Parts: sequence; structure tokens; C-alpha cells
Amino acid sequence: MRINSFFYTLRQGVRNLFRNKWFTLASIATISACLFLFGLFYAIVMNFQHIVKNAQEGVAVYVFFDDGLEDSRIQQIGEMILKRPEVSRVDFVSAEEAWESFKADYLGGYEDGFTENPLENSAQYEVYLSDVSMQSALVTYLESVDGVRMVNRSELVATTLTGVNALIAYVSVGIIAILFAVSVFLISNTVMIGISVRKEEINIMKYIGATDFFVRSPFVIEGMMIGLIGAAIPLGIIYTLYNIVMEYITTRFSMLSSLLSFLKVEEIFNVLTPVSLGIGVGIGFLGSIITVRKHLRV
Amino acid sequence: MAVKRKKRSTAAENEIITLTNVCKAYSTGAPALKDVNLHINRGEFVFIVGDSGSGKSTLIKLLLRELTITSGYINVMGYDLSKIRHRKIPKFRRNLGVVFQDFRLLKDRNVYENVAFAQRIIQKSNKEIKKNVPSILAIVGLAGKYKAKPKQLSGGEQQRVALARALVNKPTVLLADEPTGNLDPKNSWEIMKLLEQINENGTTVIVVTHNREIVNAMQKRVVTLKRGVIISDEEKGGYIDED
Ligand SMILES: Nc1ncnc2c1ncn2[C@@H]1O[C@H](COP(=O)(O)OP(=O)(O)O)[C@@H](O)[C@H]1O
Ligand SMILES: [Mg+2]
Repeated sequence: MRINSFFYTLRQGVRNLFRNKWFTLASIATISACLFLFGLFYAIVMNFQHIVKNAQEGVAVYVFFDDGLEDSRIQQIGEMILKRPEVSRVDFVSAEEAWESFKADYLGGYEDGFTENPLENSAQYEVYLSDVSMQSALVTYLESVDGVRMVNRSELVATTLTGVNALIAYVSVGIIAILFAVSVFLISNTVMIGISVRKEEINIMKYIGATDFFVRSPFVIEGMMIGLIGAAIPLGIIYTLYNIVMEYITTRFSMLSSLLSFLKVEEIFNVLTPVSLGIGVGIGFLGSIITVRKHLRV
Repeated sequence: MAVKRKKRSTAAENEIITLTNVCKAYSTGAPALKDVNLHINRGEFVFIVGDSGSGKSTLIKLLLRELTITSGYINVMGYDLSKIRHRKIPKFRRNLGVVFQDFRLLKDRNVYENVAFAQRIIQKSNKEIKKNVPSILAIVGLAGKYKAKPKQLSGGEQQRVALARALVNKPTVLLADEPTGNLDPKNSWEIMKLLEQINENGTTVIVVTHNREIVNAMQKRVVTLKRGVIISDEEKGGYIDED
């Protein structure tokens, strides 16, 4: 396509936007609302997952050994555990370290009277998982290993975290699918109205020998621009809102923000901006191309 | 009724429009065209006349490939129109100019843009558009009104804009379906004179009309349709009085 034909087509696309202002506005508003929900949802989910991930990293499985197990076997067991794919890290805690940490945590310096280490048998591996849902499989395996006396875990945390993760995945896929369908339908309707308003002009174009591509392009551009504008507006709103909320949390609930770590606004928008714009333009493209293919055959 | 048609020198390569035993039936009612045979040579000027509903517009639509024939054979400028591929149709139409009774201008654009529109569709460069549009507007006598919107123009002027739009892409064949149907006699004559001038410059011109006076005065080939059948085809013919 020639460059001035391209600009002509672009101008016609913009013209279409203004020609049926109210439908354009309605579609932009709906897509904005959809992508606003999407953005909001994304920001919340990302933060939640970030927090969950931090929590997961703290979930460990504790492996204790048979009395008097040789160090070389302990070493061997450690290497076996580390080879498991779901394991992210293995820390060895000796009986002395366990006692020191117990004293610090629970006795607060009043450890007089203990002449020997009462936690003689508590040398252990702390096993951290990359995927909490694999915890019970790992425990079953560990319990079968020769030389392992006992495996401790916190099942409740693991199952809760796994459940929440799955829920988030399902809900996000569901919501995105619904938003997608609604928006495609809306753009398709707007383009449909644009086509019927310009029936006459399209007919003339056909008589003169316009190609399908030339007739269709302005409508596809119209759809894509609706999508683009519909994506840009909620991005701006969410950006502002996110900063305000973070500001509010850190000043008003400093306790909360020290306990939970939130993502920075850039971390959210590095992904949200291209994804939102992509979805917006994609929806616009899809909605208009469907309609145009169905109703604009030269 | 016998078809009166003088023998012409019809060297096949000179024939630009060929219809052989063409029938066209809409889904409802009687067939709009029945067993039509028509041969038109490059550079001819042909009037198509007949009562309302006799199939004149249907014939024009077949020539434009807006409609397809029900049976028979139709060839326009070397394109077999019952076999033409969908994506070849734009290329085919670029060699056709067409004007209608109701002008069909873009009401939101001025005269210049209406004519430039045709050039944009065939993706001419801005440079060519700036050269071609004023020159064609001068030919139809509208050079001074290039900025006017259609509704600021008289019917005759609007039809001249439509004509300029049909001509700017230099068509081989010009089709006009009742181009003077909405015009007064003076404007009708001016449009017809323009069509004649265009024909003299080499374009094949086919004009559907009801204008008895003009048909009789211009002494061109006249094809008369009646209820979908060609009842007469005469060189230097006249408007056949029915009754
Ligand atoms: N789209 C259509 N559907 C059904 N019948 C049609 C259609 N267009 C035209 N006709 C019929 O075909 C016949 C010829 O119409 P037309 O070609 O428009 O005649 P003319 O242009 O000579 O007045 C008429 O009987 C008309 O009613
Ligand atoms: Mg008609």
C-alpha cells in the first residue's frame, strides 16, 4: 500500500470514530471498564501472589535422622533431597544450632541448669520447596529414605497456599474470557453500525473498484483505535490509583507494609501496560475484522 | 417481433461487450432479462431505452458484475463475468466508469474530494491526484466550484461531479443509468453533450435513458428493451413509441 493511501485509510478510520460518536464512546467506555477491572485484578493478584510466594518460601519440611546416624549418610541424604525437582533449597541445622536458636526464641537467656544439649537428636535438614503443592509427595518420599527418623511439616499452610493459587488461576482465566467476549461483541456492534451508516459510500467504493482490503481497513483501524483508547484510559487511572493506595498503606498501616511486601508500581506496569494495550488493540482488531469479513464483501 | 439490427463490422477483438443468450431471474417474479444477445464494439455510443421495469438497470448491473447472470454468456472487456474470481472484480471495475440518476455523491465532502475519492480508491499518489482532479473538473465545467459541498450545487452540477468522478480514472467503458432522470431539459442536454464528447475521445459509452427528445435528436445506436427482451437494436435509431 502506498504511503498516502495508508494515511488516507488512517484518516478515514479516525473519521469513523467521530462519525458515530456515541457508539464510539460507549465502546470505549465498556472496554475501559473491562480493562480497568482487568488491571485492578492483575495488580491485586500480582501482589497477592508476591505475598504468597514470600510465604511459600518460608514453608519448610524438617527432616530428622535416626540416632547416631553417621555424618556421611546425613551428607548423602542431603544430596538426594537436593536432586528432587520440587526442592529449591536445603539447609542443614546441627543439634547445637537448633539449641541456640531454641534458647534465643523461647528461653530468653534463662538457660541456666542445662549442662548438656537437650536437643541432642535434633540435627535436621530444612527443606524449602519451589512448589508447595508437591509437599505431600516429597514427605512420602522422605519418610521412605533409610536413616530418616521423622519428617515434620505444616500441612495446613501448604494446602491453603496451593488452593489459593489454583483459585486465582481459575478466576483470572474466567474473568479475562468474559471480558474478552463482551468487548469483542461491543466493538463488533460499533463497527456494524459504522458500516450501515456508510452503506452508500461503501457501495460507491465498490463501483469504483476498491479492493476488499481498502474498504475494510478503515473499519479495522476504527476498531483498533477504540481498543487502544479503551486500554490507555484505565491504565492511567490504575497507575494513579495504585500510587495513592500504596502511599496510604505505607503511611497509615506501616505495620502491614512491613509484614507484607507489596510490588512497586513499575513492577506492575512493566507487564500491565503492554498486556493491556495488546488486549485492547487485539479486541478491537478481532471485533472489527469479524464484522467486516461478514458484512463487507465487495 | 423481429430484431432489427444492421450488420456491423464485428471483428471479435474490437468487441468490448458480448452477451449471448443471457437470462437473469431474481428470486421473485418473472425473469428480468430473457435470452438477451448484445454486442457492443470499442468506442460505440449506445442508448438503452424501454419502459420502467423492462430490465435496463438489471442489464447495467450485470455489466458491472454487481449481479451475476442466471444463464448464458457475458463478457466485458475480456472478462468472462460468470467465471471472474472475486478478487479480480476490483481490477475489472477500475476500467469501468458509472453514473446514476441519483448522483451518489459523498454529502460530507466537497467537489474536489468527491472526485479525488475515486483516485484514492485506486491508490493514486497525491501528486497524480492534484494533477488529474482539477483537469477533469475543468472538462466538466466545474473548475470554479471545487470547494462546494454537493448540497450547494444544482442537480446538473451534481451530476457533472459524478461524471468527473466516473471519468477521472480514465475508464474504457462508461455506464450511465438514467443520468438525466432528475434533471431539467437544459441540464439534461449538457450532460448528454458531455457524454458524447467523452465518447468522441474514445470511451465506449452506454446510456440508459427515458429522454425521448434527446435520443431522437442524437442519432446514436438505440437498443430497446421490453419486459426483459431486446425488441429492437438500431444504428442511428430513435425512441420507439409504444402503445
Ligand atoms: N432486486 C430485485 N429483486 C427482485 N426483482 C427485481 C429486483 N430488481 C429489479 N427487479 C425486477 O426486475 C424487473 C426489471 O427491473 P429493472 O432492471 O430495474 O428495470 P428498469 O431499470 O428498466 O426500470 C422489474 O420487474 C423489477 O421489478
Ligand atoms: Mg432502472
